[in-house]
Amino acid sequence: MSSPEILLDVAHLSTHFETRRGVMKAVDDISFRIHEREIVGLVGESGSGKSITGFSILGLLDPPGRIVTGSIRFKGQDLVGLPAAQMRALRGKRIAMIFQDPMMTLNPVLSIGTQMMETVLAHDKVSRAEARQRSRDALGMVGIASPEERLDAYPHQFSGGMRQRVAIAIALLHRPDLIIADEPTTALDVTIQSQILFEVKRLAREFNMALIWISHDLGVVAGLVSRIMVMYAGRIVEAGPVSSVLDQPAHPYTAGLLAAIPAMTPKGMPLQPIPGMAPAPNLRPAGCAFQDRCRHADAACQSTPPTGMLGEQYWQCAHPLIHTSHKEPA
Amino acid sequence: MKPALSWFARLRNGNTPSGRMLAGILASPLATLSACVCLLLLFAALCGPFLVAQNPYDLAALNILDSKLPPGSSGFEGANYWLGTDGQGRDMLSAMVYGLRTSIGVGVFSGVLAMAVGTLLGLIAAYFGGRLDSLIMRSVDLMLGLPTILVALMLLAVLGQGVGKVIFALTLVQWAHFARTVRSAALVEKQKDYVEAAITLGISTPRILLRHLLPNCLPPVIVVGMLQVASAISAEATLSFLGIGLPITEPSLGLLIANGYETLMSGEYWISFYPGMLLLVLVFNINIVGDRVREVLNPRTGER
Repeated sequence: MSSPEILLDVAHLSTHFETRRGVMKAVDDISFRIHEREIVGLVGESGSGKSITGFSILGLLDPPGRIVTGSIRFKGQDLVGLPAAQMRALRGKRIAMIFQDPMMTLNPVLSIGTQMMETVLAHDKVSRAEARQRSRDALGMVGIASPEERLDAYPHQFSGGMRQRVAIAIALLHRPDLIIADEPTTALDVTIQSQILFEVKRLAREFNMALIWISHDLGVVAGLVSRIMVMYAGRIVEAGPVSSVLDQPAHPYTAGLLAAIPAMTPKGMPLQPIPGMAPAPNLRPAGCAFQDRCRHADAACQSTPPTGMLGEQYWQCAHPLIHTSHKEPA
Repeated sequence: MKPALSWFARLRNGNTPSGRMLAGILASPLATLSACVCLLLLFAALCGPFLVAQNPYDLAALNILDSKLPPGSSGFEGANYWLGTDGQGRDMLSAMVYGLRTSIGVGVFSGVLAMAVGTLLGLIAAYFGGRLDSLIMRSVDLMLGLPTILVALMLLAVLGQGVGKVIFALTLVQWAHFARTVRSAALVEKQKDYVEAAITLGISTPRILLRHLLPNCLPPVIVVGMLQVASAISAEATLSFLGIGLPITEPSLGLLIANGYETLMSGEYWISFYPGMLLLVLVFNINIVGDRVREVLNPRTGER
C-alpha cells in the first residue's frame, strides 16, 4: 500500500430495482474507495447486493435496475451517466470482469482464439496477427499449456478450471487497472480454487492491477485480500484490513459469519449458524437490517445505526462487538 | 476422393452442430433416403440443361407433330419421350427438369432472403426489447394472421408477374416465421452470461448480435428454413398454377401442372401428373429431412 492513489471512489451509491412489488433497494447508500494495486474482498451472502455493486460500477444494470443516487469515480471520472460509447471504451480495457460460472461466460460456438482476438480488436487497432500473438501470450500467462494450439479449441474442450483461466486471460488482455471478480471460484473444485486464487493474486501483483474479489466465502477471501468489506442487505456493515476484521469483528453479522465457518470452529463443537434469513429487499425493517437476527438488538437498532471507526476498521452498528470484547475479554 | 471421404467422416464424428446434424440424419434410414432424393433433385436442377435431351423452351427444337404423345412413345423424328409430350410437343421429362430448376431456385432464394430478413429482425427484437420489440412482433403477428396465398395473390396482382416479384412476395409472407423463431431463441440466449461477458469486454453491439447471439440461435432457424423452403416451393407452385406466379417463359412445376390439368380427365394424364408427382416428391422429402433435423437439434427429444 505504498501508493495512496485512489483508483475507484464510490460515494453514496444506491442502486434500486423499481418493480411492481415495490422498490428493491439492492444497494443502499454505500461508499468505499479502492486504491491502485489494492486487493479488496467484498463479502456477503446471496442477495446482499455485492454483485449488483459490481454491475453498477460497470454500468451493466438491466432495467428495472438503476443507479438512483451517488457517484462512481474511476480515476476521477464519474461513471454514473457516462455515455454508452465511453463506457464501452472503458469496459474490458480499463475495468474488466470475471464471472462466476466459466461454463457460461465463454460463447460455446466460437473458438477461444476468436473470442480473445475480438476483445483485443474491440479496443486496439492492431493486425489480426498481433491480436493472435497477444491472445497467445495471455493464455500462456495464466498457465495454459501449448497456448498456440489451444487458441483454436472450443470452450467445451476445456475443463472448468481451464475455462476460468481462459476467462482470466481474456480479462487480462488489456492489462486493466481494475478487475472485478464476481465469485470466480465458486463453481470450481476446491483444489482448482486455490490454484486460481494463487494465479490471480500473482497476476494482480505482476501487472499492478487493483482487484475487487466478490465472494460469499470468508475463507477464500481471507488468504487473498488486504482489505475486506462486508455487505448485508445492501449496505456495507463493516470494512477494514483483513487481519483486524477477521480477528476482531465489530459487527455481529461479521462475527456470525466467522462462527459459521467449519474450519474456525473447534473440533467436535457444533457450527453456529446465523438464525433466520436475510430480509427481502422490500421487507427490510427500519434502522439496522440485521436486527431481527441479532442477539444484541434492542430499541436503538430501530433507527439508522451509527458508524464507528477504530484505526482503519469501520463499522455501522449500534452495538459493535469491539467495545464489549475490550471490556470483558473472552 | 480420399480427402473428401475423411472430411466427411471427421464431420460426422465431430462434436460440432453440423456433425451432429449429419450423424442424426444418417441414423435414420428414412431421413437418409430423403436426403439422397433431395440431393439428387438438387443435382438435376443444377445440371439439368446438360442432362436432358431437349431445351423445351427453344421453339426450334420442338415438333408440333409430336404433341400430346403418351409416355414411352417415339416421336416423329425418332426421339424417345419417356414421360410423353405436352400440347406443343415438348418432352415432359425435359420440361420437368427445367421446371424443377425454377421451382427450387425460387423456393431456396426466397427462403434464404426471408431467413436473412427475419433473423435480423428477430435478433433486434429480442436484444433491444421494449417498443422496437413490440413493433416488430406485432408486424409478425399481422403477417402470420393473414393467409399466405392471399397476401401473395394481392401483392402479385398489384406488382405483376416476374421471377423477382414472386421472390419478393414469398419473402414478405415468410420472414415472420423466422423472426418469431429467432426471437424466442435469442431471448433465451441473451440471458446467458457469455452475452453479459461480451458486453463487459467492450464488444460492439452489432458484433454481439451477429457473432455471439446469432450462431447460438441457428439450430431452430435451420429447421424453420428447410420447412419454409418446402412451403415456398408449394406456394410458388400454387401461384403459378393460378396463373399469376411466374411468366409463361419461365415455367415452374406449378405452371406445367396448370398446362395439363384441362385434359387430365380426358386420358392425357401425363402432362399434369408427372410434374405433380415431382413436386410432391420434392416437398415431401424436404419436409422429412427438415423434421429429422428438428428431432436431432431439439435437446428435448434426446435424439442426439
